Amino acid sequence: MSTLALTMPSSAIDQDWRRVLRWGLICGGVLVALCLVGMPVELDRRELIERYLSLGYVSILLIPIVIGRIAATQVVLEGFESRKQGLFDLVTGLLVGIFGGTCLTLLIVALDSWNLRDPLVNWSPKLFRFLTYENGIGFGAMAWIVTCGLLGMLGAASHVVPTIVRRVSATVVLSLLGLSVLEGAVDDLSEGFGLDWLTDLLYAKKGGLTLTSTFVAGAVIAVVAVLTSGRVKALTTSYREKEGAERQKASMILFVVVAVLCIVLPMFLGKIMNELLANVGLFLLLALGLNIVVGLAGLLDLGYVAFFAVGGYTTAVLTSPNSPFFAPEMHFGFALVFVVIFAIIIGLVIGAPVIRMRGDYLAIVTLGFGEIIRLLFMSDWLSPYFGGAQGITNIPGVNLGFATVKGTDPRSVFYLVLFFCAIAIYVSWRLQASRLGRAWMAIREDEQVAEAMGINTVSCKLMAFVVGAVMAAFSGAVLAAKVGSIFPTSFMILISIIILVVVIVGGMGNIAGVMVGSFVLIGVLGGPKQPGLLQEFQNFKLLIYGMLLVFMMLKRPEGLVPSARRSRELHQEEFLQDAWLKGDKLGADDDDGETVGDDGGEEE
Amino acid sequence: MPTHAVSTKSAKRLVAVDRFLTFIRVFLVTMIVIGLLAFVWQQIDADNPFARWRNPGARGLTGAQFKGLLISGLSQGSMYGLIALGYSMVYGVLGFINFAHGEVFMVGAMTGFVASDKFAANGMWESNFLLCLVLIMLMAIFFSTFTAVLMERVAYRPLRNSPRLIPLITSIGVSFFIQNLVLGLFGPSTKSYPRLPEWLSAQRSVPPEQIPWPDALTFQVGGTRLLVLVVAAVSMAGLWYIVERTKTGKAMRAVAEDKEIASLMGIDVNRTIVTTFAVGGAMAGVGGILWGLMFRSVTHMTGFLPGVKAFTAAVVGGIGNLGGAMAGGISLGSAESIAPLLILEPLGVPGVSQLKDAVSFTVLVLVLLFRPSGLFGERLSSEERA
Repeated sequence: MSTLALTMPSSAIDQDWRRVLRWGLICGGVLVALCLVGMPVELDRRELIERYLSLGYVSILLIPIVIGRIAATQVVLEGFESRKQGLFDLVTGLLVGIFGGTCLTLLIVALDSWNLRDPLVNWSPKLFRFLTYENGIGFGAMAWIVTCGLLGMLGAASHVVPTIVRRVSATVVLSLLGLSVLEGAVDDLSEGFGLDWLTDLLYAKKGGLTLTSTFVAGAVIAVVAVLTSGRVKALTTSYREKEGAERQKASMILFVVVAVLCIVLPMFLGKIMNELLANVGLFLLLALGLNIVVGLAGLLDLGYVAFFAVGGYTTAVLTSPNSPFFAPEMHFGFALVFVVIFAIIIGLVIGAPVIRMRGDYLAIVTLGFGEIIRLLFMSDWLSPYFGGAQGITNIPGVNLGFATVKGTDPRSVFYLVLFFCAIAIYVSWRLQASRLGRAWMAIREDEQVAEAMGINTVSCKLMAFVVGAVMAAFSGAVLAAKVGSIFPTSFMILISIIILVVVIVGGMGNIAGVMVGSFVLIGVLGGPKQPGLLQEFQNFKLLIYGMLLVFMMLKRPEGLVPSARRSRELHQEEFLQDAWLKGDKLGADDDDGETVGDDGGEEE
Repeated sequence: MPTHAVSTKSAKRLVAVDRFLTFIRVFLVTMIVIGLLAFVWQQIDADNPFARWRNPGARGLTGAQFKGLLISGLSQGSMYGLIALGYSMVYGVLGFINFAHGEVFMVGAMTGFVASDKFAANGMWESNFLLCLVLIMLMAIFFSTFTAVLMERVAYRPLRNSPRLIPLITSIGVSFFIQNLVLGLFGPSTKSYPRLPEWLSAQRSVPPEQIPWPDALTFQVGGTRLLVLVVAAVSMAGLWYIVERTKTGKAMRAVAEDKEIASLMGIDVNRTIVTTFAVGGAMAGVGGILWGLMFRSVTHMTGFLPGVKAFTAAVVGGIGNLGGAMAGGISLGSAESIAPLLILEPLGVPGVSQLKDAVSFTVLVLVLLFRPSGLFGERLSSEERA
């Protein structure tokens, strides 16, 4: 290819100016939108470094860094010689940042001169004080333009400085951020392990790191980062490159470590953290079920919450003494049998009509079913049986003989959820490699070919629906026992969508991915009603969920922890291109078909 | 059959599913027929044993009530139709459900609220209503179109060639994002549009009393509903003109038919797709204003249900088929407003008006079970048809 290496077209500089303008506008737009949504003011209450820095300012300051970095990323065109990165990129970052800062300044001026509080709820003196740092317009304007410009340059500089510097500084900043943002969790953990003195040293009384501890912790992290630099990456790549039995062994070790952590850790955790883990478990159970339906079988079920509702209501009716029509007050264990039966029935009833529809029609129709089920539970028509909008209350906990699982004791709930999750993980893992699992994947990739290969697509898809339904119903049952009451509003469509985000962000079709997804999203951001570690984000998490979904679909549709097969499917074109380029570099004069065949051979 | 031994077992299961589907079809049709018969019986003889057994308090509908329901169904349906046009056009051209289209509609309604609230504050709303109406409509069209076009540019264009479900999932994310952005900007409270001027919202009879016309066919229509119907009809006519009579419309139809061939014929496919989104967005903006005028309340969630129902309307009319979308919207709106009282109440279901939404979802399932290509037939591009 060397003969084809050309210089960039002469209009490259023009292109770059347009780039600066575009990213500058984006930067400004994002900053202003953030301010008007009210995020920085709300987050301002949370101190990160005592008296110096709040989460609110960090949320704003991160934007120019990130956008500066993106704006300075070079577009590498294959066959064109790429320019060496340097001063030019720094200027790009600077200009983008200044652009963003100017937009903020304009916002400050606008805040000062007009009152738009009426439609825009966050157009407040509070925002003005936040933006001007209580120092008047002039100071605010200067400060934002200069800071944003410098930060944009910093972002751009990350392309220019040596890798080690970039990596170490990123590690330091991110870990300090984590340390200060996750103060509650760190506190709770250290209390459990009897390390209170450490956190007392680290954090100020009113919250936030103290200035000294920031520097000390930063230095320690920097040293550790320099020492371990490259090792972590080497470890993960070596794990990725392992194959066959060796890989399985490594996975087993990882799995055992996680399992032991899951069993041991809650004993040392406080109530809030255990509650959080229990919520993560509930959503993990749901996500594992949806992973089978969406991730393996490729059926986009948006009404997945219906099965969750079925599980919850079945448990409530069968165990609660307050069930309005029929109250056998069964034991949770017996009720579970009926939960499974009803989940299977509803799975079949909802599945049968939709199974032959086109993929996207299926999504909307299942969404419709999800709404119908909620509306029915809510209606006057069925309220004599299910309590209508008042729901069913007074659902007893799970009496295990030696212990009772109740919402007031989140640790016990967590262990109950863990038990169900373990079953679900085992089932999904065994199913994945089974005949049925492979049939699902074949259907996902091409239904007609799968059918031609002798797979009974209808019954396979129904099986996916049923298995997913049972898992969701288990989750619903645990929710009923945990919360002690069930209302139709507990089963909004929102839940389906959040679970979908969890599955997609984690990695469709991959159990480990789904686990990571639910820990990261539900654990950190929180579920629809359940708070996560970052309680300050309560009002913004749905916005973030939406953004994440779009972002993941655009940039990384295979998820954080991709399943190998799925990512190959999504990036088929790139793989083919790579194979073609590889074949070309080797100087082989074969036709394309041959090289593509090579790539196909590796898939086994 | 060479695969005889393998297929017997699966064939049996297939039959089971088919039988179940047949059962569902027969069951639903039977319920509808029983409900209708009970309704008719009730109309003829209010004291019939069936009505008393199922629903002691049941009363029939008077002709005026029935006409009122029909009109409210029509006006609501015409809004569904306006939104459905956007779904239908995008599906026709790109082959995916733009789930966020309901949000475009919501943005229109929200813009209308912000503007009309300001107009009401300085008195212009009362003194010069028609001008205000035109202005808020233009603003709503602008912002809805802007949202739709931006959406296409940022979220959908990079995904043009990806597997079908990917853009759908993205559009769910976009919808979620816009909802919560609007929530963050304007707060969670319900916004109410200013009251319409008296002369507009008064009841009128259609056709006017001056014209000799049988009483049974005269409708008493609220002025707002009349306005909704008229504006919807005018915008529909405008859309029809654009799509069928202009060069842009021709390009749109060509791209919907076959993108590759269209580009070979010198049509700028990207620009045409943007136009499609823009026109759909404009229609949704008009729909949003009409919604605001009629129900006078908007929240950030306003777009969700009308969006899903409008999609249902598009499917009912046959996706990709513009006339079908409008007709589908009107039939869905009427079904939603009449069916609960006509079918469910005679069957003895209490609180039927709560089940309005359930009815429209049932209509969706019914249409997809009986006639997946819609009442008036689909018009999809050659790739989608495969």
